[in-house]
Amino acid sequence: MKLLVTDLEGVEHSIEAMANWTVMEIIRDGDLPMRAECGGSCACATCHVYIAQEWVNRLPSMEEEERGTLDGGFEIEPNSRLSCQLIMTPDLDGLKVTLTNDSSN
Amino acid sequence: MTTDAISTDVIIVGAGPVGLFAVFELGLNDMKCHLVDILDKPGGQCAELYPEKPIYDIPGLPIVTGQELVDALMKQIEPFTPVFHLNQMAESLTKTDEGKWRLTTDAGTILEATVVVIAAGGGSFVPKKPPIKGIEEYEAKSVFYSVRRMETFRDSHIVISGGGDSALDWTLNLQPLAAKLTLIHRRDEFRAAPDSVNKMRELVAAGKVDLKIGQIVNLNGAGGQIESVAVKGDDGETHTIACDALLPFYGLTMKLGPVANFGINLHQNLIPVDTEKFESDVKTIFAIGDINSYPGKLKLILSGFHETALMAQQAFRYVHPDRKLRFQYTTSSSDLQTKLGV
Repeated sequence: MKLLVTDLEGVEHSIEAMANWTVMEIIRDGDLPMRAECGGSCACATCHVYIAQEWVNRLPSMEEEERGTLDGGFEIEPNSRLSCQLIMTPDLDGLKVTLTNDSSN
Repeated sequence: MTTDAISTDVIIVGAGPVGLFAVFELGLNDMKCHLVDILDKPGGQCAELYPEKPIYDIPGLPIVTGQELVDALMKQIEPFTPVFHLNQMAESLTKTDEGKWRLTTDAGTILEATVVVIAAGGGSFVPKKPPIKGIEEYEAKSVFYSVRRMETFRDSHIVISGGGDSALDWTLNLQPLAAKLTLIHRRDEFRAAPDSVNKMRELVAAGKVDLKIGQIVNLNGAGGQIESVAVKGDDGETHTIACDALLPFYGLTMKLGPVANFGINLHQNLIPVDTEKFESDVKTIFAIGDINSYPGKLKLILSGFHETALMAQQAFRYVHPDRKLRFQYTTSSSDLQTKLGV
């Protein structure tokens, strides 16, 4: 499985994605910049990513906790998600995300 | 020692769970501690980021929340009467003529000790700054991340942005003295104390607070004085809101901060240590918990606890060079039990 990650410079990286890992963990394991300060407990918004439009509706919808924690992020768009809350599954093979100032600056 | 310096055995930078447990291990070995932390409370990430989240991997505690763990650690170290210097950032570290460490905080506190233990986790918690172009030139002049004196804002047109407790609390506190107050939040829902949200809604209904749904995308002004903010609304339109002060409240983030200038070897913002003593490349400066690195390091609270015990052995040799280190168990040693007051 692959995860496609666009960094802050606009370069796309194709990285190996492990089933049942969170997208945040996969990005970090792929040696791309990922702050994820709270370690994945949906408490800090420093794993904020943008989801490619074609994937937005294919992801499980946001829980209220994720929506609330996103309040601590910046430049929030309708396709904003916290990557620590997205669990990789085979049907997400090829998921495309873009890093943000929150996650990677 | 200068007259205004406080003398102690060990200075601990960071009052998170590992810094707190260090007080215990050092205390059992007859060393007194002073702790410095930028937060207004002990507990570090446990208290600030996830006070109500359950932790399942603390040995002997099948489930404990971040705050419960901090409270238990505070109780555990009580017999050793640690002294806390909270709301302060450890700013500089120098050597005195007597060969002691002198640590100065940004609040002017001066501590002197034989040993320094860096237990700073992911670094200092500092306010998150909106990534808006040119915001730096306004900071501390008309953009503020905290309120030191409310009077500074009397008769001002204040814009507060954010949707949590800080944003709501300051909206309620500053509204009575502001000429005008606008609260900006990206959605019409607030994750704050319900009572604060209700009071804010009442002020909005009474026309005393303007509530704008959207995100700040630009600042306008000159010479550090803000004149307006541009807000992109949820309708996609950009609106201009005149103001003379902006207070963004988006929570805290971690920055390594001045520890980087302490003269200790760093690797990727972590302090390399040996795994026998958890000492940095500078003798008598130790690093424990998330801030250190060594082969096999795991950023777990339980690993940090282990590190405190070994660190305390070597710290004893520096603080009490004339004494022989005696390994004892709290279950059987009357000496340790006396120290614990049991």
